[in-house]
Amino acid sequence: MPKQVKQVDRVIIRFAGDSGDGMQLTGDRFTQESAAFGNDLVTLPNFPAEIRAPQGTLPGVSSFQVHFADHDILTAGDAPDVLVAMNPAALKANLSDLPTGAAIIVDTHDFSDRNLTKAGYTANPLASLGDANDQLGDFQVFPVDLTGMTVEAVKEFGLSRKDAARAKNMFALGLLSWMYGRPTETTIDFLARRFAKVEDIRDANITAFKAGWNFGETTETFMVQYEVKPAPMAPGVYRNISGNLALAYGLVAGAVQSGLDIVLGTYPITPASDILHELSKHKSFGVTTFQAEDEIAGIGAAIGASFSGKLGITSTSGPGIALKSEAIGLAVMTELPLVVVDVQRGGPSTGLPTKTEQADLLQAMFGRNGEAPVPIVAPQSPGDCFDAAVEAIRIAVTYRTPVMLLSDGYLANGSEPWRIPEVDDLPRIDPAFATTTNHVVRTNDDGTEETEFWPYLRDEETLARPWAIPGTPGLEHRIGGLEKGDGHGNISYDPANHDLMVRTRQAKVDRIAESLPPLEVDDPSGAAKVLVVGWGSTYGPIGAGVRRVRKAGFNVAQVHLRHLNPFPKDLGDILGRYDKVLVPEMNLGQLALLLRGKYLVDAIGYNHVRGLPLKAAELAEAIGHLVAEAEGIEVDLTTPTPEGAQA
Amino acid sequence: MSTDLGLPVTRSGVEGVPTYDGPPQTGKDFTSDQEVRWCPGCGDYAVLKAVQSFLPQLGLRRENIVFVSGIGCSSRFPYYLDTYGMHSIHGRAPSIATGIATAREDLSVWVVTGDGDALSIGGNHLIHALRRNVNMTILLFNNRIYGLTKGQYSPTSETGKVTKSTPMGSVDHPFNPVSLALGAEASFVARTIDSDRKHLTAVLSAAAAHRGTSLVEIYQNCPIFNDGAFDAIKGNDTKADAIIPLEHGQPIRFGAPDSSGLGQKGLVRDSETGGVKVALVADVGEDAIIVHDVYNPDPTLAFAISRLTDSGYLDQSPIGIFRQVERPTYDDQARAQVTTAREAVSGTPAERLAALIGGGDTWTVM
Ligand code: SF4
Repeated sequence: MPKQVKQVDRVIIRFAGDSGDGMQLTGDRFTQESAAFGNDLVTLPNFPAEIRAPQGTLPGVSSFQVHFADHDILTAGDAPDVLVAMNPAALKANLSDLPTGAAIIVDTHDFSDRNLTKAGYTANPLASLGDANDQLGDFQVFPVDLTGMTVEAVKEFGLSRKDAARAKNMFALGLLSWMYGRPTETTIDFLARRFAKVEDIRDANITAFKAGWNFGETTETFMVQYEVKPAPMAPGVYRNISGNLALAYGLVAGAVQSGLDIVLGTYPITPASDILHELSKHKSFGVTTFQAEDEIAGIGAAIGASFSGKLGITSTSGPGIALKSEAIGLAVMTELPLVVVDVQRGGPSTGLPTKTEQADLLQAMFGRNGEAPVPIVAPQSPGDCFDAAVEAIRIAVTYRTPVMLLSDGYLANGSEPWRIPEVDDLPRIDPAFATTTNHVVRTNDDGTEETEFWPYLRDEETLARPWAIPGTPGLEHRIGGLEKGDGHGNISYDPANHDLMVRTRQAKVDRIAESLPPLEVDDPSGAAKVLVVGWGSTYGPIGAGVRRVRKAGFNVAQVHLRHLNPFPKDLGDILGRYDKVLVPEMNLGQLALLLRGKYLVDAIGYNHVRGLPLKAAELAEAIGHLVAEAEGIEVDLTTPTPEGAQA
Repeated sequence: MSTDLGLPVTRSGVEGVPTYDGPPQTGKDFTSDQEVRWCPGCGDYAVLKAVQSFLPQLGLRRENIVFVSGIGCSSRFPYYLDTYGMHSIHGRAPSIATGIATAREDLSVWVVTGDGDALSIGGNHLIHALRRNVNMTILLFNNRIYGLTKGQYSPTSETGKVTKSTPMGSVDHPFNPVSLALGAEASFVARTIDSDRKHLTAVLSAAAAHRGTSLVEIYQNCPIFNDGAFDAIKGNDTKADAIIPLEHGQPIRFGAPDSSGLGQKGLVRDSETGGVKVALVADVGEDAIIVHDVYNPDPTLAFAISRLTDSGYLDQSPIGIFRQVERPTYDDQARAQVTTAREAVSGTPAERLAALIGGGDTWTVM
């Protein structure tokens, strides 16, 4: 019977299985295939903090969601159209996220009494399909013995049953690749490379992958193939990239553009460790990675390296920032360049190590003793982590200051197609090391001058102090955590001097705003009364929510902040132009607090801390309510265009 | 006590640091214009003077010397030296110095710390610096008290010490810094005394020459909060019995001299405990006396000797270099990896950056 091909403009698939089932790899491969095909896409990996939680249980479920489309999309999607569930626990854990009508492809192999019990099922939900009491009646369910077919397909390689069954994720990938017409070469090449050293495993995986594809083609279970056309994108060379990888590349790029070698002092922590892993591969760029004994030693070494004329970087997550606070204060006082990367995760305390959150903004802003201003830069998407890292380095080096680079768990592990930038287009960063004395002590009778070096004499434009590195003769000087005398930099307990220095350090950070481009306000009609302000990884959900509102025929404006400290100069004016300001955040209102404090604006919070990105549909409803209030109209987002739901 | 330690070194701790070849320098050239602010009579003065007059002997360019300190009385040290310096935060100097030493082979890196700074709040950084063997010299000023915070007991204070924070006596058991360092895999461990300029200078010289982390414990008197803590080893009548002198290649003997002019007492192996004990040479015979060997690859004997330090009031303490062995340094190896990686690639950094970010599975949109 010929198969039918259906055109769709976008699909959200969630692969779910046990932590040991290789779901992250499966999702990643499907993503690479979709990227190579030319779809726009956004991914959302979701995995437990435990490396191997008890097999078959709900806490052990790991999933990977990929949203791909024939048009530009912004989020990994609120709800999956298709769930691939490799065991009872994966089915149970993900069911509540599925909309009515969603497809479920489920591996029947593990639906034994034992596994059902482990997942908390009292009865096999697959046994009652089509019955009056069918728990899965709202969905289209495709029960398939994926494991059984995999084992059968790879029989010839003589693997143990366990090893043979492990290839089931590739069988599933093959099936889904058939269903959505994905190109297969990249996955076959990938498997050949990945398992190059273990021939039988390599062959079994490739065979399982192909068998899954062939199963799709021949079975009568699946009669429809879907086609999602490539998305139009700006010309250029693209690759798919995750936030942590883009961030690491951005740091290397900043090092190249400044001519400085990187010294990364760090301590492993989820979800930031990949930055250490990646940078440790790039020693050929002059990158030294120091895995320290603790978070404090990591930043200590980075500060020492910066004092020596290198680019000191430290990378961590929220708990690590808490430990580094005193050292960040030292970098503020000594006015040394330093990049502090915080890949935020759910808190407080150990919190949700593998889940995302934006609740470190106030810690980044204020989490130190004394008046210790630190510039804050936040990327808005996985690919944007590259540019944000370069920008953090520009500010750190130019203004001789620690800079907080606030990524988060969603950006870190999520991925998207990224247009690879031209190196020539990246900013040049000048370390401008001091080489000569800068202060005249006295002028002799013969007109000659006696000079010395003052480490706290500032550049008039940036208020940055000179960066004089050891090995430079005549510029020997001592710096430290005690208050500095203005200019000469010797210890000073003078009250007026302290007041001046506190204000000067703040003024220097404020001065950064002079170097920032004007904000881009997205207000196509120019008639919006509601402005949505966001920062960081909420860019995608906010953009998608705003699109829904606009597609339903309503006006709303959006502005997204890359710089949280200092704020861009035009932010106050922009906020003042709108009747209502909505601030969606994955925290309890931290940016909203800052905006209220600084601009006396009645910023309204939209806050979720579920460890997951905001959902665009829910956010759109919230924006709609506000539009209704601001404009005194009825807002119904279900009208007028059905594409309204397609952001 | 001999000051010529006469120890051969295959690769010097200052190799790679540019040498000074101008007119002769003196301590003055290494003295900053800052007024020294320790209490009158503080042992820190003597150490500062000794270091200032020792630095010219190193023969290095002043701008290539860096002193890093933490917090405490002694940590003001860098301000008084006309070199590069950083007075950092409490306990963290070894980590900052690790960054400096790793970043730059051409710098001679020194850490100045105290018993509270190094052994209490910064204990973790100290042991890991020693374990890694980063090329730097750590001067640990041990006055067995907290000075800057005005007189609380420290991690080297004797049990029972009555201080502001322990009116009924401290119930903490103290650290022995030398034992701790040996346990932390240190490659160079020495102990000296603030008031013995000659010995102090000789130890500094050996420490600087050692490639790796050199830990030098300096007994330093705090006349304000712990005066007299080291009287036994400083007093002319008592020091012969209090100091157990460690000199490489020499039998370890001390106490009033016998007819041969050497000390009546000596260190011998203790078969009962497996450690080391003090015996009268007359009783055990000269051959039984341990001959000190700083190069012994096994630190066990050095550790046993370090245990002869009194943990209560200091009536007896081994002084000198306990251990000096060669082992690859962290920073040399870290730099070597970067160099190897750099030599394996060609092209400008910009070209290589373009190749890096343009790697992986890519596709082109026209
Ligand atoms: S308190 Fe003690 S250690 Fe500190 S400066 Fe005074 S005498 Fe020296």
